[in-house]
Amino acid sequence: MRRYAADVTALARKDLLLELRARDTLPAMLLFVVAALVIFHFALPAGSGRLAGLGLLWVAIVFTALLGLTRTFVAEREQGVLDALVLAPSDRSAIWLGKAIAAFAFLGLAELVALPAFAIFFSGIGGATVVGVALADVGICTVGVLFAAMALATRARELLLPVLFLPAAVPIVVGGVGASVTEEPARYLLFLALYDGVFALLAWASFEYVIVE
Amino acid sequence: MIIRARGLVKRFGAKRVLDGLDLDVERGGFLLVTGPNGSGKTTLLRLIAGLLVPTAGELDVDAERSDLGFLAHEPLVYRELTALENLQLFARLYRVPEARERVGMLLERFGLWEVRNERASSFSRGMLQRLALCRTFLHQPSLLLLDEPYNALDASGAELLDRELAAHAGTYVVATHDQQRLAPLATQRLAFA
Repeated sequence: MRRYAADVTALARKDLLLELRARDTLPAMLLFVVAALVIFHFALPAGSGRLAGLGLLWVAIVFTALLGLTRTFVAEREQGVLDALVLAPSDRSAIWLGKAIAAFAFLGLAELVALPAFAIFFSGIGGATVVGVALADVGICTVGVLFAAMALATRARELLLPVLFLPAAVPIVVGGVGASVTEEPARYLLFLALYDGVFALLAWASFEYVIVE
Repeated sequence: MIIRARGLVKRFGAKRVLDGLDLDVERGGFLLVTGPNGSGKTTLLRLIAGLLVPTAGELDVDAERSDLGFLAHEPLVYRELTALENLQLFARLYRVPEARERVGMLLERFGLWEVRNERASSFSRGMLQRLALCRTFLHQPSLLLLDEPYNALDASGAELLDRELAAHAGTYVVATHDQQRLAPLATQRLAFA
């Protein structure tokens, strides 16, 4: 278990270091999410209300996540390093978990900007929304990295990832919007936590079969 | 036998790359695989490594993943990491004992010590090949699968590799166009048409 954790840490640290040096994913995510919120601000008719704004926040989060997920395996694909990672004797699910942690960090950083921007353009955000976003991020990253790995093997990877990911993100949006707009968000947060647990387990167990031919 | 193949077939779509290959490689042997481009050399190495699944036939490789050293056409290193960081990452994943010393020794041996803190993106193709060789030999594998190992190496790099091949005991499967250089080491040959 300690070795597994050390492998995951090394792989996640590597992805964070690559992003720190290349700076090609996070700035794009930040720009995208802020631009999307600005567009929504002007697109939404005056007096549309708080609920409509919260709905659009979740649209912005899901599509920003998708933008980041399309870059998940770029370094491995362009430099062929995935073969070397797959051949290493560490558990292959460590590759998935390392990537999911890095994706979670990028998405979390993008939201650190997006949530205050939303408060400026639309309305304040409650604690339940923040917890909902954090739980949704876990689900988005665990499922999204698995689908990014699936898409990696195909020629139409840029098309396949959204096609796979967006339907799987529907329950996340349902849970997230529910937690944001209702007076009693607990059951929606529980739903998101359950989604995270189930899909994290599925992704962890199936990644090995996805990553080899 | 460390590698045993019977009737090995590999197809990519309609294209049949390997067609009923039989192969036995003894532990400690040195198999030289030759043939023109697209004849199946790389496919065979990737099948042995477990990176591809045979379409038909049997392939038994009596080795764990930790026993494999795989050198591909691509260097399989991260360009935005330094040479040292790349090797430290793989040393961690391969659980190399005394990793710091092993990494330092390999960088020294392959002439990369002076540039160990430079990113691989600044390396020439030959330096990348040296780094790839460091990665391949890092965990002292007992089954080495080398695809064009002399690719992009200059004369001194090729000599370093000659010495490493002579010094490192193990089973080798080497795909190459440079038959003459490796002929003295070969115990078996496989020529694809």
